[in-house]
Amino acid sequence: MKEIKTNMAGNVWKIQVAQGDQVEVGQEVVILESMKMEIPITAEVGGTVKELKVEEGSFVNEDDVLLIVD
Amino acid sequence: MISKLLIANRGEIALRIIKTCEKMGITSVAVYSEADKESPYVEMANEAFFIGGPRVNDSYLNMEKIMDVASKAGVDAIHPGYGFLSENPQFARRVEEEGYIFIGPSPHVIEEMGNKVAARKSMALADVPVIPGLTLKDTSETTVKKAAREIGYPIMVKAAAGGGGIGMQKVDHEKDLMNVVSSVVKKSETFFGSGEIYLEKFIVNPRHIEAQLAADKSGNIICLGERDCSIQRRHQKIVEEAPSTFLSDDGRKKLYETAVKAGETIGYTNVGTVEFLVDEYEGIYFLEMNTRLQVEHPVTEETTGVDLVKWQIDLATGKDIPSLQRENAVFNHAIEVRIYAEDPKTFFPSPGKLKEWEFPKLEGIRYDMGVKKGNTVSPFYDPMISKVIAGGNSRKEAVERLIECLEKAKVEGIKTNIPMLITTLKHPVFQKGKATTNFVNESLN
Repeated sequence: MKEIKTNMAGNVWKIQVAQGDQVEVGQEVVILESMKMEIPITAEVGGTVKELKVEEGSFVNEDDVLLIVD
Repeated sequence: MISKLLIANRGEIALRIIKTCEKMGITSVAVYSEADKESPYVEMANEAFFIGGPRVNDSYLNMEKIMDVASKAGVDAIHPGYGFLSENPQFARRVEEEGYIFIGPSPHVIEEMGNKVAARKSMALADVPVIPGLTLKDTSETTVKKAAREIGYPIMVKAAAGGGGIGMQKVDHEKDLMNVVSSVVKKSETFFGSGEIYLEKFIVNPRHIEAQLAADKSGNIICLGERDCSIQRRHQKIVEEAPSTFLSDDGRKKLYETAVKAGETIGYTNVGTVEFLVDEYEGIYFLEMNTRLQVEHPVTEETTGVDLVKWQIDLATGKDIPSLQRENAVFNHAIEVRIYAEDPKTFFPSPGKLKEWEFPKLEGIRYDMGVKKGNTVSPFYDPMISKVIAGGNSRKEAVERLIECLEKAKVEGIKTNIPMLITTLKHPVFQKGKATTNFVNESLN
């Protein structure tokens, strides 16, 4: 079980993956909107998406967990 | 007469407007969101009203809440600042309909200039030059070649229905034209479902130079000089100066006359800016008109002695241009830099708490600050948090003062573009006054 976290505060604008998807290191998983800019968040670890911890439109702070991969 | 004014904005520009209110004996009323309750402007305003959550739709873009404060506070006028509701014709109309003075031009003019296609059309009709270009439905070789020759090379071939740079390609010579056109047509059909293309003259090494206009309700309209804003990143300005190092006397005269003609054509009133792209031969092309106060207005103030916010207020109450006061122009040259809360290399935003925020007191330096030490820069708004303006007897003096100031500045807790600004100010291309809009991409990387 590994966590993918955000390195920045912002609004979750788009979630690019769904539960069960295979993600690779470096893949864009979530796009945040922060200070009028779109910020892609990439996976630092790879694996199968176990759980999405956020939904589109929700607000996240730095270091919040976005999703869990296995 | 205005005795009480509501500022429908936040940050440094709200503070800037409060300063002129103080000078004119006008009571200032601020509005603020949850994220801004500790901002300096809230503290400095004579009255401040909480209007809601940090999201812009709950606060600074929420007309209901803002009009509600106007009524509760009993103001006479509303200043929209820049961004947010400043170029929203519905807002301007509503302000007037509810019996307040809107500090800006008429809603009709805001509407006309807000539609980029309509603005371009009305400018072309008034003989204000626009970037030559045309839409082609027929993409046969004869038609395309004829159109391209009329426009003149180099040209840009774009998908007419496109956006975001998708399917956009430059052509230098006729021999490459048809290859590019067929590739753009293909992309355009795939991405936008239309094979129509737009041919536009490609401006080589352009500068972004804009003219500051002031116009009264009796038809007087004047140009208060230009600002060169060629240094940009992500299509946003970061360094602005007056006067431009590039324009010749003739080029400058032509720019001013064209801007005044643009203003006259649409019946402009109040303070506004006409933006142009200027090519290597001083050919000028209309980009757009900003029907509000610009972020970079201080460089005009420092070189003309005009308080543009005071002029906005005076013009909105019907005063005419000849009656408006000018103080002595303090400097021959002024340069502004915008401080962004962002990574200086990737330009990614960097919200957070300002653990340190200290700038030196130096001769010739003006600060338009939106934040103070201890504030949190929130992710909800534009990353531009403050401006530093340096004036000097010469451009060289202004540049030196600005470099000294930025090198002595202490900022901790967030990343800012200050290192990138210093690199820019020290760069030989900038120092020689040779920077074009390509500067950041070509000279900094």
